[in-house]
Amino acid sequence: MEFDVNIFVQQLVNPSYLSGAFLSVAVAVLSLILATAIGFAVALGRTSRSRIAQGVAGIYTWFFRAIPALLVLLIIWNALPQLFPVLRQDWFSPFIAAFIGLGIVEAAFMAEIIRSALLSIDDGQALAGRALGMSPVKVMLKVVLPQAIRTALPPTGNEFIGLVKFSSLASVISLQELLTTAQVGVNITFRYAEYYAAAIVYYLIIVSLLTLLQSYVEKKFVWTSRSKSKKPSILEPVGQGVQS
Amino acid sequence: MTHSGPELMPETWSTNDPVLSVRNLHKSYQDQHVLRGVEFDIRQGQVKAVLGPSGSGKSTMLRLMALLEPADDGEIRLRGRRIGVREKASGAVALPERELAKERRNIGMVFQKFNLFPHLTACRNVMLGLTSVKGIHHKEAEEQAMAMLQRVGLSHRAGHFPSELSGGQQQRVAIARALVMNPDVLLFDEPTSALDPELVGEVLDVMESLANDGMTMIVVTHEVRFARRVADEVTLFDSGVIVEQATPDEFFDNPQHQRTRKFLSHVH
Repeated sequence: MEFDVNIFVQQLVNPSYLSGAFLSVAVAVLSLILATAIGFAVALGRTSRSRIAQGVAGIYTWFFRAIPALLVLLIIWNALPQLFPVLRQDWFSPFIAAFIGLGIVEAAFMAEIIRSALLSIDDGQALAGRALGMSPVKVMLKVVLPQAIRTALPPTGNEFIGLVKFSSLASVISLQELLTTAQVGVNITFRYAEYYAAAIVYYLIIVSLLTLLQSYVEKKFVWTSRSKSKKPSILEPVGQGVQS
Repeated sequence: MTHSGPELMPETWSTNDPVLSVRNLHKSYQDQHVLRGVEFDIRQGQVKAVLGPSGSGKSTMLRLMALLEPADDGEIRLRGRRIGVREKASGAVALPERELAKERRNIGMVFQKFNLFPHLTACRNVMLGLTSVKGIHHKEAEEQAMAMLQRVGLSHRAGHFPSELSGGQQQRVAIARALVMNPDVLLFDEPTSALDPELVGEVLDVMESLANDGMTMIVVTHEVRFARRVADEVTLFDSGVIVEQATPDEFFDNPQHQRTRKFLSHVH
């Protein structure tokens, strides 16, 4: 059997690959959002002075770093509906199960990224915010977090790309994401090389776009006046002022 | 102007009384007794320079006055009103952080290492307290911030980020950031110690002009000449207590305490 370029090209433009790719990216995006939200709470818990918060956050990280994502997906899709009838209803789709499962697992890793980003901010920053009279919430939102985000961005980009690939695990709960799409085709035609090659192309395109997005966002967090020449008003030097 | 207002001002306080006063202040870290009963007063418009060897507790005193750390014992009064604690029948209880934040608005602090916010332009650094603490509208805050930057001679740098400014410029922005909140008293924690020698002058000039404008200032410093020229009173701190307090002339030319003479022989 030789590599049939026609089959390969046919699959590249096959709408089911496109929708598979879309599902993969959508699961990754939603689980990253969920992971960041839970991860932020866990990171706050781990850096908190409260023993209880530290304990709960520590157990979360310990547990979900240990359990394979695949097992978590199987539990959410198969075991939980047995225990909770509400999960047997139609709304509970493989898509929802996938992004919640991956989000919960990923949160344990995002928590560590966010925690180290928060710890990387100099103590003098919060001190200066407090000295101005800012409330603890304002100090976090206006002073610490904007700086921590810059530190957290590169590793978060890595996690995002990882999630796109982890979304293929959702094939076990019958989500028609990218890899499942290829596998279904293979099962019918036995054209392994062509179908897998098409999947490779899609993954490469997705990750390339994500890498571009990441570097675009990172540039937003470079704090110099030169890179923002298009922004008006106070982000621009405003001519020669009066020296005292 | 923007502080508590007459209704919160105890009737016992008059403008001749100290703006900020400290009584019997104690602070320990682990087994180190850093402040051992400090007594300190500053009146409206006064400039007090605080000298003393490193580790003598002078920076700790400023942090306690700025309510950034709780005192173990003693009291701090701003315009006659006790701050940092809620007085109960059972004694004084430290306020929760959110309540402390409100009281800190009236006390400005300038740090040794500037602590400017690196993600904000000079102008935004000065604006942040106005917008996020005082709730002043963006445009109004921007105008006030620009006026304050002009006062420290940096309006032409308003759009620059801290990483694009020299140390001296950063410290002047930090002074503007504290000043724009219109505090009752401005505390300086070794404001020139982290600067290259050639940048010290521009910061001291700004501070001197504030002093001339009647700002109430406590300056922890090693700049003996500044203390002599600008301060109304010079204080020597050692081992957690105030050793000597006198006018600059008295302090430098005719110190009463052996400890002061010894300190001056080292710094002159």
